[in-house]
Amino acid sequence: MATATQSVPGRARTFLHGVRGGDQIAYLVTFLFAASVVLITVLLVFELWTKSGLAIHKFGFSFLRTSTWDPVNDQFGALPFIYGTIVTSVLGLIISVPLGVGAAIFLSELAPPRLSNTLTFLVELLAAVPSVIFGVLGFFALVPLMRDHVQPALISAFGWSPVFKGPAYGVGVLTASMVLAIMMFPYIISISREALIQVPREQKEAALALGATRWEATWDAVVPFARLGIVGSVFLSLARALGETMAVTMVIGNDPKINSSILAPGYTIASVIANEFTEATSDLHLAALVELGLVLFLITMILNGLGQLLLLVTTKPGSAKS
Amino acid sequence: MSASPRSGVAGKEESLEGPVSSKPIAQAGPKLRASNVDFFYGKFQALHNVSIDFPENQITALIGPSGCGKSTFLRTLNRINDTIRGARVTGEVVLDGNSIMQVDVTELRRRVGMVFQRPNPFPKSIFDNIAYGVRINGLARRSEIHDVVERSLRRAALWEEVKDKLNKSAYALSGGQQQRLCIARALAVDPEVLLLDEPCSALDPIATSKIEELLLSIRDQCTLIIVTHNMQQAARVADLTGFFLMGRLVEFNKTDFIFKTPAKKETEDYITGRFG
Amino acid sequence: MLRIWRHAVNNVMLSLTGICAFVTASALFFILGYLLWNGGKSLDWNFFTKLPLSAGELGGGMANAIVGSAKVVMLGALLGVPVGFMSGVYIAEFSGKAMANVIRYTADLLNGVPSIVIGIFAWTVLVVPMRHFSAWAGGFALSLMVIPVTLRATEQFLGQVPLSLREGALALGASKWRSVATVVVPAARTGIMTGIILGVARVSGETAPLLFTALNNQFWSKGFGEPTASLPVMIYTHAISAYDDWHRQAWAAGLVLLGLVLVANIAARMVLAKGAAGQRG
Repeated sequence: MATATQSVPGRARTFLHGVRGGDQIAYLVTFLFAASVVLITVLLVFELWTKSGLAIHKFGFSFLRTSTWDPVNDQFGALPFIYGTIVTSVLGLIISVPLGVGAAIFLSELAPPRLSNTLTFLVELLAAVPSVIFGVLGFFALVPLMRDHVQPALISAFGWSPVFKGPAYGVGVLTASMVLAIMMFPYIISISREALIQVPREQKEAALALGATRWEATWDAVVPFARLGIVGSVFLSLARALGETMAVTMVIGNDPKINSSILAPGYTIASVIANEFTEATSDLHLAALVELGLVLFLITMILNGLGQLLLLVTTKPGSAKS
Repeated sequence: MSASPRSGVAGKEESLEGPVSSKPIAQAGPKLRASNVDFFYGKFQALHNVSIDFPENQITALIGPSGCGKSTFLRTLNRINDTIRGARVTGEVVLDGNSIMQVDVTELRRRVGMVFQRPNPFPKSIFDNIAYGVRINGLARRSEIHDVVERSLRRAALWEEVKDKLNKSAYALSGGQQQRLCIARALAVDPEVLLLDEPCSALDPIATSKIEELLLSIRDQCTLIIVTHNMQQAARVADLTGFFLMGRLVEFNKTDFIFKTPAKKETEDYITGRFG
Repeated sequence: MLRIWRHAVNNVMLSLTGICAFVTASALFFILGYLLWNGGKSLDWNFFTKLPLSAGELGGGMANAIVGSAKVVMLGALLGVPVGFMSGVYIAEFSGKAMANVIRYTADLLNGVPSIVIGIFAWTVLVVPMRHFSAWAGGFALSLMVIPVTLRATEQFLGQVPLSLREGALALGASKWRSVATVVVPAARTGIMTGIILGVARVSGETAPLLFTALNNQFWSKGFGEPTASLPVMIYTHAISAYDDWHRQAWAAGLVLLGLVLVANIAARMVLAKGAAGQRG
């Protein structure tokens, strides 16, 4: 602290020193917090790796290829869960991407601004709904609907093909996919709408000036220009869907088997971890579950990375050029 | 003599076409006629009582300072302003005797093409850019499309430069080439009128002169209307010139008259660089 | 004629997109409606004040779950918000570009970790050494989800503070940290607060990270060292049970949870919108 008895240069030096010191402390403190974020994340990966060591050691890569999941006999294969996770998510995408992109087109191109903002607001609120609520609704509302009406209809129409073989359980891969689709709407719509809004007006006008109808101009000129952003939204939604736990657990049927029929029950990585973790029968069982978590983490990490990359590219001007 | 767009030199009618024309023989009147056009963006009135006759197969330039409404006026001619919220047009625009409000708008825009201020090729290949208008309008069989594309690129003086890379992305071309691509794309649907909204403003002088040459060469197949802020350009290429100021057409006449002996003081002020 | 076909396609497709938009927007109403219908009937004073009773006994509630949720969420916020906030300040104000990218990437990575995997991590770090489930572990798991959201909100809104404001503070002789603390952060506080509220609201609805950290509890939990009930986990266990009475409790709890989350979200977004409009105007 500068005191009155010090000379002016002395006082100035002390003041500056204090200033520098304060800044240095601030820098250090905030840096430590930021570094802790990195450390925690590194620790997370590390723990996942070490706690799955038993299973990695015992099964190696065949863990990913085997489809037997038998806790009683300590046989663990991840394939049914990888299959279930991917199929439900991809099927969910197949349902939600057309609906979502269609909605995004309407909201960005056709709707008057106030309507567009209101509807977008409502759709984005969907992202705030907790996953367990989707699960409860899926369980009590969707499952009976599937069991009593939708699945029997599908079976009678398409039951000859392996994809739609009965019986009509109500729960199953298709039901889980439908719940996931609804959960993916806000992400696909919100991000795609942003990408479509950023398309320069001259693209649409160029198509219109050639005699295109409004739809043709939108579909042929605007949407392709925004394709990177739309694909980015798909990747990000896919990553979310893959990690979705509660909503899926309540409607998928929890059967660790690979079945060609989407009406059959299945199992996802997140669901089996949620169901079996606290009741794992052996250390190997636990390690296998943790290894499943590691696999899920890696898959979502890659997809999220790709999605972010695509979105990053679209924020640069002239982004449709690639 | 008041330089009304109806009287005077500009009103001289190109009434009879040559035998190869597919248009009705007794074509009385101009190709495109605007009458008492007002334009509103919401409450703001951008155009006041604009009336012009555009004769067939002539190049008409619209000049004036920024914000004078010349681009707005151009865009009413192919109704591309319809897509802007709150835009309203009154008055009449007649193409070959038919009001453009009564013609199907997609057909109108095929007949009245447009080239924009900045090149705006689609994120497709060069070939697909040109073929787009042809395809959606069903103007050629699949086997003929390649010929149509080549013809358009030749008309736009771009064929030699791109014939070996038709499948490359249009964005691989330079700015001047992209603009010629856009012209070729517009020409591919065989328009009767071509609207050009400051087509060279984003280009260097060499690219600009190439495009001006191009315009002169297609004049006999097409009626051209070009908005430009470059008076020398208007003097170089246009047969007729209209001077806009604050949403009004101040003067319209043969280009020579406008630049050498303008009738209105505002025109003279603009020409001599006293404003804008 | 081709033209008629094209116009027909145009009308059909444009209508379809409108249908898509209305269908997706109405999903929220369906969810809300269902919960109101089923949950509203079961919502009574007991719900907020009583403990869950065994199946078949009427008059139970989820008071412990409400308090338990408050415990773990508060813990998650207390641990996660300062870390996220300080890290955001670091990236926005002090760090160089390379470090900022590393931190940002890590935060995005953390944000993308599936919540069940977060639960596994919290389990290995806290439950295993402590040898039992606890609110500490649950709070820790939730804090990991609060950190990235807070970090991003802090960084984003600090970045929006105009240079003129910062330079004004520095020109008056304030040191860097002083200007940040007394001028820049307060200028961004609305945005940061709403970001935090949104993040905390999100984790309050999370179930998976609590499944094997705080676990569950049919009774009150003392302090933070015991298994703790939470609304989302209670909803889950009650919904999948075989008892109608528990189902009704699940609906009621779902309504309460959704209500809280939606109110927080709507309020935060409205504040944000007003703040943005204020800056523009």
